[in-house]
This record gives sequence, structure tokens and C-alpha cells, in this order.
Amino acid sequence: MAMSELDKNYLQYPHRSYGMDHKRYDWSMLQDRPKVVWPEGKLLALWVNVGLQYFPLNQKGHPFKVPGGMTKPYPDLRHYSLRDYGNRVGIYRFLKAFDRYGIKPTFAVSTRLAERTPYLIDKIKEREDEIICHGYHMDALHYGGQDQTEEAELIRKSLDGLRQISGQAIRGWISPAKNESANTPDLLAEQGINYFCDWVNDDLPYPFHTKKGSLIAMPLSTELEDYHIILNNQHSAESWSEQVCDACDFLLQDARDNGGRILSLNIHPWVLGQPHRIGYLEKVLDYLSSKPEVWSAYAGDIVDAWKA
Amino acid sequence: MKEDPGYYDYWPYEDRPKIEWPNGAQLAFWVAPNIEFYELDPPPNPYRSPWPQPHPAVQGYSIRDWGNRVGHKRQMELLDKYGIRGSISLSAALCDHHPEIIEMCKERDWEFFSHGIYNTRYTYGMTEHQEREMIKDAMESIFKHTGQKCAGYLAPALSHSEYTLDLFAEVGTELFGEEGGFYSCDLFHDDQPTPIHTRGGKRFVSIPYSLEMNDTIAYLVQKVPPRQYGKALKENFDRLYQEGIESGTIMCIPTHNYQVSCAHRIKAYEEALEYITGHSNIWVATGKEIANYYLENYYDTALADISAKKIRN
Repeated sequence: MAMSELDKNYLQYPHRSYGMDHKRYDWSMLQDRPKVVWPEGKLLALWVNVGLQYFPLNQKGHPFKVPGGMTKPYPDLRHYSLRDYGNRVGIYRFLKAFDRYGIKPTFAVSTRLAERTPYLIDKIKEREDEIICHGYHMDALHYGGQDQTEEAELIRKSLDGLRQISGQAIRGWISPAKNESANTPDLLAEQGINYFCDWVNDDLPYPFHTKKGSLIAMPLSTELEDYHIILNNQHSAESWSEQVCDACDFLLQDARDNGGRILSLNIHPWVLGQPHRIGYLEKVLDYLSSKPEVWSAYAGDIVDAWKA
Repeated sequence: MKEDPGYYDYWPYEDRPKIEWPNGAQLAFWVAPNIEFYELDPPPNPYRSPWPQPHPAVQGYSIRDWGNRVGHKRQMELLDKYGIRGSISLSAALCDHHPEIIEMCKERDWEFFSHGIYNTRYTYGMTEHQEREMIKDAMESIFKHTGQKCAGYLAPALSHSEYTLDLFAEVGTELFGEEGGFYSCDLFHDDQPTPIHTRGGKRFVSIPYSLEMNDTIAYLVQKVPPRQYGKALKENFDRLYQEGIESGTIMCIPTHNYQVSCAHRIKAYEEALEYITGHSNIWVATGKEIANYYLENYYDTALADISAKKIRN
């Protein structure tokens, strides 16, 4: 008989037992949870999450090139400047749209961007919208196999910097590319993060186990985000708007039957802030804000209402 | 390595013996939800990486977990609504991890067929003995947890060896006699069932499962918008339904809860199910029911026809 080319553990399954194949969180189906009620009896919490990202020109791409980052040989001016466009131009279109439709946006900020663009951060601070940390910058990835001390320092630098510049407590976190090491949740909880948005495995928040302190997973849909649908899937902005409205209709009905739900919209000013796309964001916000059962809220407020 | 897998003969899609499904139905319709378990930290395989990033691959793992935590019930409600019993392509380890899902499917008399142990353990690189053990483990688990004698196979993550179908047929016989291991979803060469050669000569068929209608192929590989997927499902049905007047056809929708059940996609899927099941003269069945019916009524005729046409060649 031929020799196997596989390690002998290939047909051994040490985690084949009830629940998950790891200890990070408990197995639980959405249908079995207590019904959630949002403030004022609303049915659908709308979490508009705006990625304010910094993609450095001198990208290292370790251990992979961040989606949305530089793809051409150095200096990749086209991608650097097109991402920068979002933070110079697109974001101001976003802010006008949010005000027009009464949206409460949550801003996920690369700390390096906050260091580089005080005007923009002051603008957000004045609005008193919630700011969460999106890592140091988009090329500062957290990844499996990363040295733990190095990662702890990266998280400390990201959080200290953003806390100082923003004057906010910074309770929330999204890793660049939503990528993590096995230690990331522990390190985040240790450094005062209450909730993080990397895991997309639920429609409601849920408790995450860490070595120290409590941490809530707050799922932020990747499937519905502008970058994923428009640039990865290559659908039109119009199709994105249809998909979001379809999701809203479905989740509203689900909420009527089964308790409060969340519509999480992760959007980026360098994608939807373009002149030919901004109209579709406005169309979506118009549709969502016209629904009396929709509660537009900051991510942290949604987490708090869920806990209560 | 072989030039041709040798599982089936060339058999043109014209002038075949006429198939009529039960009650004269012209199309057999089945839905195959893949209910899978992907591991967070699977062992490496030299031929295929389970995840594109160093583990933990949070994004890939967690959206698939969403399918089990959230998506499963959403699709199940739709299938209930349109009177469809799912034929589950099952990662057998899910019986151990998530027995609640297995119970929900059992209550509805859905079919379970084998999709290996985990969708992160590939057949590539296994010895024949190892593959046989893996196939047997999965069939035994399904029997232990559901009482069903597993009839069908879709290899885990569509990873195969040259012996995959032979081994599945043999292990099925070893465990359950003629009631086990007699159809495969692994081949995409036809819109009707076809007899399959296995080395033991067992009565064994390929049941069309369709990669083209597979939601993961549509959404993840071809990246189509939901409404385009819904339209493709309807158009695929229209053509097979029309051709089924001449000789019965099969349409399968293979699904994954982490794709088709997403809030922005489920409407397109529901519209297609409503459209398809709104037609008369279709047989809504499971994979095993279709395979059994074919084996009992058309398998021998098909063999004779294939043989006659080969001689004429």
C-alpha cells in the first residue's frame, strides 16, 4: 500500500465534540436567544460604520497585502491617492448625507490617520460621534504567528494614540482586514476594549472568552459592505443599494417575528464617497431613515442596549 | 494519472429512452443544503490550504459559522414554506458539534448524505486505506446520529482521489448492503442521472447536483448580484422543465447557509423557489428518492441504450 503523504494526525479529530472546535465563544443559535428590545421599542438598530483608513505608500504587505491596499510596484500613486481621496473629499459628502438623514455614524479610524489629519478628527470630535480604533494603519496587520509582545505594543500604540487625539475612551476595535492572531482578543480586552468587530458569525452581539476581562463580539457584516460588493464583487453602486434595502426589509420582518435585529453597514468614503456613487448612499439612507422602526445608533450604544 | 476518470460513457443528450418521474412529472426538483463544519485550525494538506491567511482565518471561518448560527434556520423556514425537504450534504462532524441542527432536519424527514468529516480535511494525499476509513467514519456517524443509511456522496470540499466513488460504493455495501452508497453528486457531466462504473460493478448512479446553480459558485466565485442569481435559477428551471416533456430532467439547487441565507440574498432565492414550486408536473424529491426511482425504473434501460449506441459507434 502506498505511503500516505499526510501527517498521521490528518484523520484524527481532537476537537470533534459538542460545541465549537475552540474555546473562544460558546455555540449558540440565534433562534435560541432571548428576544432583544431596542430603546423606544424600535425593531432594527442601524449601525452605520465608516472606515477612516490610512493605507501607507510604503506597504510591507506582511503576511499579506491588505485588501484595498497598494497593488502596483512602489510608488503606487494611484491607489495611495485614491484612498486619500476618501479622507479629503468623500468624507465631507458622507457627513452632509448623515446630517440630512439624521444618521448617527460610528467612525472606525486608523490611528495613523488621526495623527496625520487633525482637521478631520477635530471635525468628528465636534460632532460627538463615536470613534473606534481600526488599528494603527491598514498595513499594520495582526496575524497568526505574530510575536505577542510585538502585537501588544502595536495595540498599545494604536489605542493610546487614538485615545489621546480623540479625547474619547475608545471602547471598540476593528482589526485591519478584520484579521487577527490567536492572542488579539486577549490583548484587546487587556487594553480596555469592550467590543470588537472582526468576527462576522452572528447577527447580534455575543460574549467572547478572553484570558483577562470581558469582551463582546459585535459582528459587522462584510458581505454587505461597500468595498466587498462594489470592488470585490464588482457590482454596481445601484445593486449595492438594492441589496441593502432588501436586507433591511428582511431584517425588519425577522425583528417583528423574533426580536430586535441589527443592520450593520460598513462603508468607506473612498468607495461610496465618489461623485457617481454618493447618490446611492443617499438613496439607502433615505430609505432606511424613512422606516419608523429603525433606530440609528452608535455601535457602543447598540452594545449597551443589547447588554441591558 | 488517467486521461479520463472512466466513470461513465459518452451518451448523447438526444434519443435517450424516455424518463417519466412519478405521476408523470417532467422534472425532478431537489434542494441540497450543504451543512458544513470548517475548522479554525485544521492540519495542513500538501495540496490545498484550508485558509488563505495564517490561522486563525477569522473572516472565512466566522462567515461559515454564521451559516450554522443564523443562516440555517432562515433557509429551513423557506424550504418548509414551499414544501421542500432538504437533502443535506453533511460534514459528519457536525453531528457531534451541532446536534441541534441535526435534530431540526430529522424532525422534517430531510435526507442526510455524506460530505466527509470536515470541509477542511481534503482527500488529496490520502492512501486508499485512509480514504476508506474517512468515508466509513462519515457514513457510520450519519447512521448513529440520524438512523439513516447514507446513500449519496459529495466528497469533502469536492476533493477526490481516483478511487473515491469506488470506495464510497464499497463501504456503502459493507455497512448497509444495497441500501447504502449508491449515488454520487461529484460529477457534472449531465442533466439526467447516468449509470456510473465502479470497480465492484455495483448499481450506482450519478445524480445531477449542479455547480452552475450552486450558490457558492455563483456568489463567491462568479460574484453575481443576488437578483442575477435568482434570475439564473428561474431560467435554468424554465429550460429543463420544457425539455422534461421529452424526457424527465433534474434540477438541483445546492446551497450553503452562509451564502444564500444572507439578509440581502434570501429574497432572490425565495422568489425562485416560489416560481419553481408554483409549476405543476414537477416532482419535489430528495437525492436518494430520485436515485432510487431511477435505479428501479430506468437504470437497466439506460445501460442497454448506452451499450447499443457504443456498438453503433
